Amino acid sequence: MGKRVSGAAVAFFAPLAAAENQLNMSPGVTEIGADIFQLHMLIMWICVAIGVAVFAVMFYSIYAHRKSKGHQAAQFHESTRVEVAWTVVPFLILIAMAVPATSTLLEVYDNDEAELDILITGYQWKWKYEYLDESGEPVAFFSNLATSQEEIYNTEHKGDNYLLEVDEPLVIPTNTKVRFLVTANDVIHSWWVPEIAVKRDAIPGFINEAWTRVPEEGIYRGQCTELCGAYHGFMPVEVHAVSPEDFDAWLLAKRGAAAAQTQLAMQTLSVDELMDRGKAVYDSACLACHGAQGEGGIGNAIAGSTVVLGDLSSHMAVVAGGVSGTAMQAFGGQLNDVELAAVLTYQRNAFGNNTGDVVQPGDVAGMKNG
Amino acid sequence: MADHHGPAQGISRWLFTTNHKDIGTMYLWFSFAMFLLGGFFAMVIRAELFQPGMQLVEPGFFNQMTTLHGLVMVFGAIMPSFVGLANWLIPMMIGAPDMALPRMNNWSFWILPPAFLMLASTLFMEGGAPAFGWTFYAPLSTTYAAPSVTFFIFAIHILGVSSIMGSINIIATVMNMRAPGMTYMKMPMFVWTWLITAFLLVAVMPVLAGAVTMMLMDIHFGTSFFSAAGGGDPVLFQHIFWFFGHPEVYIIILPAFGVVSQIIPAFSRKPLFGYASMVYATASIAFLSFIVWAHHMYTVGMPIAGELFFMYATMLIAVPTGVKVFNWISTMWRGALSFETPMLFCIGFLILFTLGGFTGLMLSIAPADFQYHDTYFVVAHFHYVMVAGAVFSMTAAVYYWLPKWCGRMYNEAMGKTHFWVSFIGFNITFFPQHFVGLAGMPRRIPDYALQFADFNMMSSIGAFIYGASQLLFLYNVVATIVAGKPVSEEKVWDGAEGLEWTVATPAPYHTFEEPPLVPKPAGTI
Amino acid sequence: MGSLRLSRVPAVDTALKLSAVAAAMFAFVFVVMVPLYNVLCDALGINGKTVNQAYTSVPALIDESREITVQFVAVNNDGMPWGFAPDTRVMRVHPGAANGVVFKALNPTDNSMVAQAIPSVSPSRAAAYFHKTECFCFEEQVLAGQSAADMPLQFIVDQDLPRDIHTITLSYTLFDVTDTATDRLASR
Repeated sequence: MGKRVSGAAVAFFAPLAAAENQLNMSPGVTEIGADIFQLHMLIMWICVAIGVAVFAVMFYSIYAHRKSKGHQAAQFHESTRVEVAWTVVPFLILIAMAVPATSTLLEVYDNDEAELDILITGYQWKWKYEYLDESGEPVAFFSNLATSQEEIYNTEHKGDNYLLEVDEPLVIPTNTKVRFLVTANDVIHSWWVPEIAVKRDAIPGFINEAWTRVPEEGIYRGQCTELCGAYHGFMPVEVHAVSPEDFDAWLLAKRGAAAAQTQLAMQTLSVDELMDRGKAVYDSACLACHGAQGEGGIGNAIAGSTVVLGDLSSHMAVVAGGVSGTAMQAFGGQLNDVELAAVLTYQRNAFGNNTGDVVQPGDVAGMKNG
Repeated sequence: MADHHGPAQGISRWLFTTNHKDIGTMYLWFSFAMFLLGGFFAMVIRAELFQPGMQLVEPGFFNQMTTLHGLVMVFGAIMPSFVGLANWLIPMMIGAPDMALPRMNNWSFWILPPAFLMLASTLFMEGGAPAFGWTFYAPLSTTYAAPSVTFFIFAIHILGVSSIMGSINIIATVMNMRAPGMTYMKMPMFVWTWLITAFLLVAVMPVLAGAVTMMLMDIHFGTSFFSAAGGGDPVLFQHIFWFFGHPEVYIIILPAFGVVSQIIPAFSRKPLFGYASMVYATASIAFLSFIVWAHHMYTVGMPIAGELFFMYATMLIAVPTGVKVFNWISTMWRGALSFETPMLFCIGFLILFTLGGFTGLMLSIAPADFQYHDTYFVVAHFHYVMVAGAVFSMTAAVYYWLPKWCGRMYNEAMGKTHFWVSFIGFNITFFPQHFVGLAGMPRRIPDYALQFADFNMMSSIGAFIYGASQLLFLYNVVATIVAGKPVSEEKVWDGAEGLEWTVATPAPYHTFEEPPLVPKPAGTI
Repeated sequence: MGSLRLSRVPAVDTALKLSAVAAAMFAFVFVVMVPLYNVLCDALGINGKTVNQAYTSVPALIDESREITVQFVAVNNDGMPWGFAPDTRVMRVHPGAANGVVFKALNPTDNSMVAQAIPSVSPSRAAAYFHKTECFCFEEQVLAGQSAADMPLQFIVDQDLPRDIHTITLSYTLFDVTDTATDRLASR
């Protein structure tokens, strides 16, 4: 029923078609995704069958029992036998639906004995991924929207993965049972990747779990699905499933990069390097609220800000500690010392804030520790 | 609207009236004004979503629009419109001279406009209007809300009080004011569905009041009902909200069932099929509505036993709902059908509400809901039920009873045009939303990925068509009242049954001051 | 509604009774739904909530036959600048045995702050079998500016833990409650 209608619709709007229009749920790549898809199709076809039967009767009546054709109204108004029948038969159909639904649900809830655990934390408006590991510091990073403001505000051509691309994707190994522990830092979010059939609410203070086993390498995209404030539509999920070997190599490289950052934090960086890194940090962490030119928006303007032009330690306090009761978050836990130093330097010198101040990672560490 | 002996003159007639017809009229006009306001918000939403990329409004303002659209449509348009209908019709249907508590009736209407004025005024406050969706989940609506949330809470309190007073009045009227011989099982279906709805309202509007009171206390008085930090739980909010919210859905749809159960027999010229089973089905739906609330929360991580319980209970609702649809079609079967505008809207209702019921059944399946939840599939589902269900039946009701109310006939050709434009516009708007939802488009987003672009553009075009068709409706109604062709038969429609069709046309200011002799009404056993 | 009459006018009588129902439903939210939800949370482990009181251990046999993996996760809520992490991230424990772990906290700011840790156990089914004999989460934790503290947790995994559960994750979310704690002190 739906297909025919949509077919006509697609033909009508064909000149507008840019990408292929997906009409149905995707079975995705996982076993559970396929089960859910089959369940969805089963219920849908049962509904279509019932719908065709019911509407056929109705349209026949509309055609055959018209007053304009001179049809005389019968006066019957009850029949216990049919009324019992159309109470009992739907009930039996429902039982037939409940059986596969129950078994699929049991599968979804089987979270035990995962080989890899990843903590997912929702932030306004980005995701943080943390690979839980027995040994040493866990690998952790934030995943921000990578689509540029120019694309969003229509001054640049929109890329293929418009709004579905991030700066650092979640990487998981294929053919491995991965368990996601989902929580949130501020408001409720929901982590959803349709292709791997995982959707779980991220609730501040509490932890939820879900799992997947992805058989195929590939890039799977999703979005936040619980309204979480102004930029709810701008916190996508991007998952890269890679072979276990590639995954191990990636994790090792991540650890190495973290160590390198620690190394870098002990060095003195050039102003240019700080400004470059600072712009990158600003664009991913600050721009959404403070504007591409530091002109402000949800947040105060950075250009000409008394905080930014004022005392360095109070500027640092606002960036690292946030401002309670406002949308200004505490970035102290989200950015490392190098990033903090870079973004402070950038804010104090970009947008006409020519203070000439240079903040080094060591300064940041010093301020943190008093 | 009516201009007969009895009513006071000028503005004081409307301010101080205790006449159920005047109050009904005011409810209907107020709800239509709110329908246009909520519709305007919807137009802003669809205009923004016309193309990918941010076009007209900022994301924060977009959220204010979705929030106000939902709140205004649910609490300002649909609910008061059915209360208005109840005011006009219930006394006339049961042979009562007026509502049981006329002064309370006046208050329950007159506190509504200030409540919505306050809600709308939040748009101009610092930080903007509420932007947390009509479901206002904590902590987005508490810790992270704009200061206007306090006014939002106050507005909800007032309209809750209004609804409760209105419902108490309806129950008191039905229980105490029926004409001699009008037994419960002789009452028209519209009265039955409203009686059950009113009980639902008395039971759950206080729950909503409780939820917003807790929010108020969390925001201003340092409690932590919904904050984990102080030992509370944001998920508790969702349980309380949906304990109200699911019965609320039936509060909206049950009177619509009642309207359809009056109109289909009239234009089939045949009594309602299965009157008794209709009453029992309505009561079962009302009962089930109290034990299914958590199906809105399958993804919050409930224990599996809870998940299964709510899934099975929700699926069960399909049984009484199915009974109703089968009964309506059996009423049409072998009747003598004619297709005036009210009947067209009822047939539109039957088809589209049934589609909404099917998607509802699909959504009840917990594992599948993990893919549907909070996508446009859900948006499509509840608009099929709320718009094609409640709004279509309300429109049918206006066309059906308008000649009785004002003694003039609406323009049939314009009415039919209104139906076809609405029906087509509605489907162009909401049918494609099933596709984008299944393909993965989340709801409540101001901008979307490119693969959803075509269907969203279609949806927006449909929405503009549907929106424009309502202006035609407004014109038709005003033109009827001002200059419609006068009708004077008591039974405006030859197939219409019930006491309201035994009084003069237009209905006099006071009816049934002497209780009528109850004839055998349609659908009695 | 029985023979109780609140007014001689039948309609007013009905209205008064219904008003009482409405008032009772309003009270129901506060005096029934909230406590009932908390009871259900404790019983069913909704949201992985654990009992917020020290567990009095009962002498029991240690179940050497199986080993449960317990993971510890530390999360900072919005605006919480503290450093907060467990000293051990994963432990293998036998049901019935007493175990300990220490969470390290560091207040890097210049001001004294008050924090509240909220526990959550996953899978939530395991919450009822995870007993804490001593926990920093039972009370608010005060930490002077620029200081660090060790916050201990002692726990026992119940021998009756369902056999199909092999891994338990315990998360603590740390909330900054300095403002409310200060308000409370001020009002005292």
